[in-house]
Amino acid sequence: MSSDTTPRPHQPSTVQRERIAYRRKRAIRSTLLAALSTAVVGLLLYLGVTGSPGWERVKASFFDWDIAVKALTGRDNYPSILSGLWLNIRLMVICTACALALGLLIAILRTLRGPVTFPVRALATTYTYSFRGLPLIIVIYLFAFGIPGLRLQGTPSVTVLGAAAIVVTYGAYLAEVFRAGIESVHPSQVAAARSLGLSYRRTMRHVVLPQAIRRVTPPLLNDTVALQKDVGLISLAGPIDAIRAAQINQAGTANFTPYVVAGVLFVLLALPLIGVTDWVTLRAARRQNAGN
Amino acid sequence: MLLSCTDVRKTFGPNVVLDNLSLDVDEHEVVALIGASGSGKSTLLRCVNLLTEIDDGVVRLDGEDITDPRVDADLVRQKIGLVFQSYNLFPHMTVLDNITLAPVRVHKRPVPEARSQAMEWLDRVGLADKSGSYPDRLSGGQQQRVAIVRALVNSPRLLLLDEVTSALDPELVGEVLTMIRELKGEGMTMVLATHEMGFARQVADRVAFLDSGRVLEQGPPEQVLGEPVEARTRQFLARIIEAGRL
Repeated sequence: MSSDTTPRPHQPSTVQRERIAYRRKRAIRSTLLAALSTAVVGLLLYLGVTGSPGWERVKASFFDWDIAVKALTGRDNYPSILSGLWLNIRLMVICTACALALGLLIAILRTLRGPVTFPVRALATTYTYSFRGLPLIIVIYLFAFGIPGLRLQGTPSVTVLGAAAIVVTYGAYLAEVFRAGIESVHPSQVAAARSLGLSYRRTMRHVVLPQAIRRVTPPLLNDTVALQKDVGLISLAGPIDAIRAAQINQAGTANFTPYVVAGVLFVLLALPLIGVTDWVTLRAARRQNAGN
Repeated sequence: MLLSCTDVRKTFGPNVVLDNLSLDVDEHEVVALIGASGSGKSTLLRCVNLLTEIDDGVVRLDGEDITDPRVDADLVRQKIGLVFQSYNLFPHMTVLDNITLAPVRVHKRPVPEARSQAMEWLDRVGLADKSGSYPDRLSGGQQQRVAIVRALVNSPRLLLLDEVTSALDPELVGEVLTMIRELKGEGMTMVLATHEMGFARQVADRVAFLDSGRVLEQGPPEQVLGEPVEARTRQFLARIIEAGRL
């Protein structure tokens, strides 16, 4: 714009220097206040918990370091929580991928139009309606104990069936998130793509879905975090995952520390994804507000 | 003097948007800001409304330094109305609710009183029958008139208008401009950023040409638009005439 004015360093005026100093003082003050109030709340919580009459008992049965180490590594012939966790991790990755794929597929099916596709649409709708209502525990029982009961040739293992139950349940949630995203793309975008001669399929693939998925990434990731921890429910079907291992340890030692250990491990596993979710949400919000 | 900007500076990263800009506006005066896109018109209005924090300089309203960080920005904004280029009506509220939101929630006026005042205004601008409609049912010109009423019901000392006709179809521009002309007749102090040179000539007491974040030239409309002194002003006006907008 202004090529004739050479950029010269700006010297803040006295007023501005005073303002900067004032703002800095305010910033320091609010940081100190935040630190102080955090310390007070933390101290009160600490005193409240450790000062309670039953604290010694709770500490012994929930926070026993030796039992924690034993349960984690699997000494004394108890199953190790860590090796159980490896099963959880594999399940998390596979179930997340499958549930996302299933959800996207169902969402696309639900947006199809035309009388020929009515059965597909109806089926997809029935699926999302019923599996969003059905408690995951019941689905796991039905899949893990019901399907083997049919005594069909080649029935997969209980682990696979349990994983399928998780995929089917979460697929229904994710499908609705995807569908909300697809429907949030303005019809004018479809009109523009169709006007260029793109087929319905190409319009979806190149114009609608890229916008839709970007828009629903935060809720998708949020559901994925929920899926991660619900993978632990597979223990109900029998496979020895982290939670099952913790339960066996607890039964053997009459101490609840193994559960706490498993809980901490699950939180640690979820942290990276939660971090990614926050970052993506923040970035999306910034982008949307960039114009104003 | 009602509004006085002195050496206002605003940068976005390496871009100096307002470069020690100074501008004074008297009570009952209408000042039109003209200039190319990116010359700082909108930024100046946002700085005056304290929506954007300035990097240096002083903005005074009624003699009070409103850019002092100790000043309560909400109180300042109660005295300044701002109308946006794209109306910015709240889509989830009816026209009447849009208008009465600030009188009821900020100025704590009784609802019936705020409503009857809003209806008076709507009646005046010929939109009384739209009071229960949602903004998306209105034409651009109607929405912009509602937005102006929304700013006016708070009885601001100063009204800032940011390219209020830029998003309108040509045949709808007239109804908004008529409304602004009437406000001038009532003595409302206004600062308007505009691309409508013809309108600036008619309604403004003074035209200020902004270039690279400074007021390069200002004066009565006939002078600035008719016999500009600065070469850059002439250049700018030549381009406008070329585009058939003068």
